[in-house]
Amino acid sequence: MAYIVPRPKLTFAEKMYLPSIVAGMAITFKHLKRMLKGETKVVMQYPEEKWDSNMPEHYRGAPTLVKDDHGRERCVACQLCEFICPPRAITISPGEIPAENKFAKVEKYPVEFKIDMIRCIYCGMCEEVCPEQAIFLRKDYAITGTSRAEMVNDKEKLYEMGGVFDGLIHKWNPKK
Amino acid sequence: MDFIHSIPWFLIFASLAKTIFIIFLVVLPMVSYTVYAERRVSALIQDRVGPNRTGFPLTLLGFKKDFSPFLGGLGQPVADAVKFLLKEDFTPGHVNKPYFWLAPALAMMPALITLAAIPFGSVLDLDFLLIPLGHLFGAEWGHGPVKMIISDMNVGLLFMFAISSVSVYGIVLAGWSSNSKYPFLGGIRSTSQMISYELCMGLSAVPVLLVASSSGLSSIVNYQVAHGWLLLPFTDGSLTLREILLWIPIAIAFVTFTISMFAETNRLPFDLPESETELVAGYHTEYSSMKFALFFLGEYTAMIAGSALIVVLFFGGWHLPFIPDGSRGGFWGAIFGFVNITAFFAKVAMLLVVFIWVRWTLPRFRYDQLMKLGWLYLFEIALANIFLTAGILAFT
Amino acid sequence: MSPVLFWFFTFLMLAFATLVVVNRNPVASALSLVVTFLSLAALFVGLNAYFIAVIQVLVYAGAVMVLFLFIIMLMDLKAERRRKFNLLAVGGGVLVSVGFVGELVLVLGRFKLGESPFPALRAEKIDDVREVGMTLFTTHNLPFQVIGVLILVATIGVVILSRRELK
Ligand code: SF4
Ligand code: SF4
Repeated sequence: MAYIVPRPKLTFAEKMYLPSIVAGMAITFKHLKRMLKGETKVVMQYPEEKWDSNMPEHYRGAPTLVKDDHGRERCVACQLCEFICPPRAITISPGEIPAENKFAKVEKYPVEFKIDMIRCIYCGMCEEVCPEQAIFLRKDYAITGTSRAEMVNDKEKLYEMGGVFDGLIHKWNPKK
Repeated sequence: MDFIHSIPWFLIFASLAKTIFIIFLVVLPMVSYTVYAERRVSALIQDRVGPNRTGFPLTLLGFKKDFSPFLGGLGQPVADAVKFLLKEDFTPGHVNKPYFWLAPALAMMPALITLAAIPFGSVLDLDFLLIPLGHLFGAEWGHGPVKMIISDMNVGLLFMFAISSVSVYGIVLAGWSSNSKYPFLGGIRSTSQMISYELCMGLSAVPVLLVASSSGLSSIVNYQVAHGWLLLPFTDGSLTLREILLWIPIAIAFVTFTISMFAETNRLPFDLPESETELVAGYHTEYSSMKFALFFLGEYTAMIAGSALIVVLFFGGWHLPFIPDGSRGGFWGAIFGFVNITAFFAKVAMLLVVFIWVRWTLPRFRYDQLMKLGWLYLFEIALANIFLTAGILAFT
Repeated sequence: MSPVLFWFFTFLMLAFATLVVVNRNPVASALSLVVTFLSLAALFVGLNAYFIAVIQVLVYAGAVMVLFLFIIMLMDLKAERRRKFNLLAVGGGVLVSVGFVGELVLVLGRFKLGESPFPALRAEKIDDVREVGMTLFTTHNLPFQVIGVLILVATIGVVILSRRELK
């Protein structure tokens, strides 16, 4: 059934329209004044002010690789992250750790580890899937480059960004 | 040789100088900074920041520059202009080319021509400079005070209406020649809108003509100099009963005139010819680059001319209380002459801010509401107002 | 007015008046007519008749022709282009215009008053708005009112006619 919306009865002042125009203009003027006085909170002026100080703890920035406190790269080149990555941003070439190495128990290490930051969607799947806690999403968000090649983070860059992650288990160490 | 002597060289040079001054040094920069002000004020009203980056100098050739939030943004009009000039000027294949090219020019020209009738200052007497300068070249250059109006006609007001009524051709042709539906609808809307509101505008200016008993814009200003501004009649220091009574119809005339001015210049709340939410961009949907910029310039120039007309009719033109005009001659005369010009354009700038303020406050009218407002209310009010004014003039 | 300007605007007016007839495209015709009106206004300015000139632009160029253009825009222009030349109509038109020009020449030849220049008006620069107003509202007051009533009747007639069509 059709429902007829009752029209409100307008008073003469409302019909004149002018008072409401003045009221509206007063409101916009109030906003203008507050802006000019700097009382209104506005967006961050990005390149001058940065996010960094109030970045939330759970922020998902660029994925990086980490080393442990013994300076060993934690990644064991299991390639789980390579498979889970939805846009296939990760490329790993695994290699074997020679027997004389003190970390030989780990067996494998990534010879090459590349993350294409043009592809990465910052989903955090790699961090979640990694059995070795070797890959973490850090807080870097301003990722730029002037060519496609520049946007691919290689192993060196990833370790530089990731740094050292302390206090995790040392699988290679038989005592632990 | 006689022919050359018969040409009024000084008149030609003075008119040329005034035209160049007002168009290239005042109005066009004013247009670009009105656009900037529009963006900035709208941003402030909506709690945003607006364009605040492109400062002066435009480039430091790669050197680092410190961020200055105040000067930042003032370079925006320059950047816009460069962008308009450099963008691809695309002419769609389905348009009617000659008219498509003609339309932007027709939209821009009338707005500029109307400026000819605006008295933008009192008089300027540069003889104290010109006479010694002329002696250097062995010629007599002194000519006494020059009126600061390009063409002082006794039909100045009607001239402005006439020329601005021609400006509708630009919009109509743009809409028609674009050969697509949204521009066409925009063109149709603007035609009927402009024709309707021209009537209201003309009628609401009549009380001013009655009071000042002239239709020449400079004589209207002179009347206001002698008797106080029409809308603020106390500016001459005294207030008579007649002035108080006349204030009522003048105020009504001011309101109706301003509203019709908004409609004439296609500004919100009456921007139906280009209402973005319904018609993409209205009559200039198919335009790009400099042709689009011409529409833009024309619109803002018309806005400036309209504000100038309001200033002339209701706010005393170039007159400021207690500041004499520039007719006394000499150095101080010239200074006062320039002060008058500055006062005029300051008033215009204030009105422009009001234009912008209204635009970012009021929502758009519906088309039938627009027509109803024009024909049923403003027209009748303006008509009755003429009788009211005539009555007051006759009986006081 | 300088003779140069006079001839310039006369030429402009006549040229565009011809274009009004010659053009096959109605929009072009309408625009040519606008230019004709504008140059006519310029000629009025040359006679110091500013008021008439401005009214010419305001009423004819600014209102009447805009409505014309408005209606032309809503029409199907292709129909005009498809139409063939009607020899009879062209011949008739030529005949009528030749007849009219001949008549004009005959009348003007007999019109002795036209040979002496019009007596100069009072002042160098006259406030012609005031002049026109004064004449209209004093000397020719009655005809003026009658015309006003006539136009009112016409307007009411139009309203009634258009109303009936709606049903
Ligand atoms: S980062 Fe983790 S998941 Fe990826 S290959 Fe290395 S150990 Fe495996
Ligand atoms: S964050 Fe997501 S997209 Fe980026 S590398 Fe890790 S799994 Fe791939």
